[in-house]
Amino acid sequence: MTDALHHRSITAHAAALRAGEYSCEELTRHFLARIEKSERLNSLITVTAEGALAQARDADRALRQNGGGAGALAGIPLVHKDLFCTRGVLTSCGSKMLENFISPYDAHIIEKLGAAGAVSLAKSNMDEFAMGASTETSYYGAARNPWDEARVPGGSSGGSAAAVAAGLAAAATASDTGGSIRQPAAFCSLTGIKPSYGRVSRYGMVAFASSLDQGGVIARSAEDAALLLREISGFDARDATSLREEVPDYPNLLNGGGGGGGSPPLSGMTVGLPKEFFGDGVAEDVAAAAQTAAEQLQKLGAKICEVELPNSAAAVPCYYVLAPAEASSNLARFDGIRYGHRAAKYADLNDFYERTRAEGFGAEVKRRLLVGAFVLAAGYYDAYYIKAQKLRRLIAEDFARAFEKCDILAGPTTPQTAFALGEKLGDPVAMYYSDIFTNAVNLAGLPGISIPAGFDRAGLPVGLQLIGRYLDEASLLRAAHQFQLATDWHLRAPENFS
Amino acid sequence: MNAAKWEAVIGLEVHVQLQTAGKIFAPAANAYGADANTQACALSVALPGTLPVMNREAARLAVRFGLAIGAKINRRSLFARKHYFYPDLPKGYQISQYEHPVVGAGHLEIAEEDDDNNGGGVKRIGITRAHLEEDAGKSLHEDFDGMSGIDLNRAGTPLLEIVSEPDLRSPAEAAAYLRALHALVKYLGVSDGNMQEGSFRCDANVSLRRAGASELGTRAEIKNLNSFRFVEKAIAHEIARQTEILESGGAVAQETRLYDADLDQTRPMRSKEDAHDYRYFPDPDLPPLVLDEEFIEAARADLPELPGARKLRFERDFQLPARDAAKLAFDRGFADYFETATAAGADAKTAANWMLGELSAALNRDGLRIEESPLGGAQLAEILARIADRSISGKSAKEVFQAVWRGEGGVDEIINARGLRQITDDSEIENVVARVVAEHPEQAAQYRAGKQKVFGFFVGRVMQASGGKAEPARVNEMLRRALDSE
Repeated sequence: MTDALHHRSITAHAAALRAGEYSCEELTRHFLARIEKSERLNSLITVTAEGALAQARDADRALRQNGGGAGALAGIPLVHKDLFCTRGVLTSCGSKMLENFISPYDAHIIEKLGAAGAVSLAKSNMDEFAMGASTETSYYGAARNPWDEARVPGGSSGGSAAAVAAGLAAAATASDTGGSIRQPAAFCSLTGIKPSYGRVSRYGMVAFASSLDQGGVIARSAEDAALLLREISGFDARDATSLREEVPDYPNLLNGGGGGGGSPPLSGMTVGLPKEFFGDGVAEDVAAAAQTAAEQLQKLGAKICEVELPNSAAAVPCYYVLAPAEASSNLARFDGIRYGHRAAKYADLNDFYERTRAEGFGAEVKRRLLVGAFVLAAGYYDAYYIKAQKLRRLIAEDFARAFEKCDILAGPTTPQTAFALGEKLGDPVAMYYSDIFTNAVNLAGLPGISIPAGFDRAGLPVGLQLIGRYLDEASLLRAAHQFQLATDWHLRAPENFS
Repeated sequence: MNAAKWEAVIGLEVHVQLQTAGKIFAPAANAYGADANTQACALSVALPGTLPVMNREAARLAVRFGLAIGAKINRRSLFARKHYFYPDLPKGYQISQYEHPVVGAGHLEIAEEDDDNNGGGVKRIGITRAHLEEDAGKSLHEDFDGMSGIDLNRAGTPLLEIVSEPDLRSPAEAAAYLRALHALVKYLGVSDGNMQEGSFRCDANVSLRRAGASELGTRAEIKNLNSFRFVEKAIAHEIARQTEILESGGAVAQETRLYDADLDQTRPMRSKEDAHDYRYFPDPDLPPLVLDEEFIEAARADLPELPGARKLRFERDFQLPARDAAKLAFDRGFADYFETATAAGADAKTAANWMLGELSAALNRDGLRIEESPLGGAQLAEILARIADRSISGKSAKEVFQAVWRGEGGVDEIINARGLRQITDDSEIENVVARVVAEHPEQAAQYRAGKQKVFGFFVGRVMQASGGKAEPARVNEMLRRALDSE
């Protein structure tokens, strides 16, 4: 347990900043100093200290002048995953291909958080183009897990997770195509939410797989996540898949629903446990921690039932057809013509493309681009892409059926806790299966959250994943928040970074 | 050639640039002729993180076209990605409609080649589909010292690709279809139709089969046809080429050929074996384009009178010959001008003659479109009225026309300033005639002796004496009377 400044919640910072206990600039300097001392984690690609201090001073001024009228996140220092375009700052996507790409514009998420007064400390490390589950495929080298530096922080948003776990920022933006928010949150004992598809605009978030990508946040608590999610959600005319839906006031719904009149806070909520999430292949300690967490939800008043997701075994194969297919298309723009890496020597136009892309992309990205081009090729399209789309529908229908019996689903976020650096790098399929419980949620477009649920015998964090109905982030956040009021897993910090 | 033995089967694919203020998937400006890359927004450059959003105006124009050809409008159509690498294709794929286009089957009527001015002889050409897609940028291979320049202004410009059925049977028929299509898209305001600027581009599929056969032969696709004349010439050339191959017992290869206007020939570009695998799949960034009844009905209500209907109305209401009616009706500017002139009282046939003669010549001479004509329909009517009331001669009318064209003033102003008003007072003309006859007794005697040629001499003298203002018809009449009376 720690009450160090850098492990305080956003709510606590916001109150202290408004009360004048410390200034935004002081808080920002505190995080910047920690960033400097924590380079060995390799969680960040670019530190924007000057810009951060300028934003902090602006926030101080706004708080002095407006007090309560200042943005909800005034002076809260964040880091942003390096696939969110940030004006005037390197936006590398963890790739050599974009090692020289200074974005001329801000992503929707960056705009919204900036408008709410947040301070941007740095851009965080990630698997190249978000393709990976360990942050080891980054051109900038692997990030390390603050809980055990010989282990991965998960991925692809591993840099964001490592930075928040190590107390280098109050929270972080992240993105999730198949588990890239939830899995690193689980590996680093954090709260990470992937909103429903369409809830948060993808404008300015460099695309990996457009029908699966969704921006979100990694934070210290459900309460912090709720605050951030409220700011980044909402319709954006620049993204045709963005939803014209009203954004619920998440922070004020954390205690809503049941509870009233002295009944337990989660009464009226039914939590389904998919039996496929507790089967073979799940580490004993992980299954036990998830089971205990479910019991905790029950103690809080929730009803527990078992449900089935019969097609969940198909999620990983289905995902690894559709995501590479879309990636092979989305990454076609990286051709060295207008921006990004370009081959220095080439014989002709084809040679130029081949060299530029061979040099610019790393091995995992190339593997997925090849798979993607293959499954879209005439003659294979029906057997792979169309078939995978049919499976996707079946997977979504599984969830719909399960939600006839319950309000949210719960299970382990990942089958195992954080693995060692290098352990799965040579075995892509093993790496892919690290996302076995998260892939299906993206395929169905549903919201999912991972929250700290204990530690295994090696002292590594275990994550509990909650999955909600489409657009029902509020129920996830409420269950997570009530769980966190009753437990202290989320308040623990890694020893070396306490 | 063995025209009787082989039948040509021709289908055209026409790319029409839609006249929208913005690009098809971005609000950025879309003007032709701007400095290179000044109309290239973040999406046109395919910056990472940018996303396409449908411009409903492009959809509205597509629907407008679809309704005008009596096509089925698909309430739900899809966008797909077509992949290939080329430096002027910024995303590495083109967003197009593949399996589910916005406009389904329709048709266009053209005049049959042997149209004999009786208004019949219309041939119906099937249109398979029309779909929305984005244009690519331009590669500039000259002026860069061995390197290529890329101009992305055009990238993302909305196109409607209109695919005809293989219903065309001759180069002339293909050109007639293309002209009718061109007139229609301009008429509808769907496109400016400017062929020099690439707003209207055509590819042709050509195959031959034995006369009477129902199966199609192997086709060649000819690209790069950017004028009506080229389309006709290229297809004629291609028919000749394929006839020669088939006559000598060979087989036509399925391939794409490029037309070279300078050499007037087609040459191979790529064979079927080299055809790209475009790896089409539905674009996950763009939801299906869903058009509700209200949207379609609003577009329908907004349709102007179509050229075919207008042509028939001109024939019926103005008794114009079919050919003149077609010439006027198929160009919206001409049709509107014609209606302005007739509404201002001009005789329809005379107005049509003047428009297709004097006016067209002046427009061509000065390189103007009829909408830019310095002399409007009402002014033309005014000139024709002065001819009708005999104030000026037909010859003077042309002078008046040119003077008004040059901006020298109004019709009557010019007639007065230049003294062009005819002398229509009979007694005045009679005096001049009597004087001229009296002054030339020798010639009068010759005339009376049967030398009719001398009559012209007298006309000339009378006109000269009247300062050219005497009305020629009256002069003739009075001269005859004066000379024949003795």
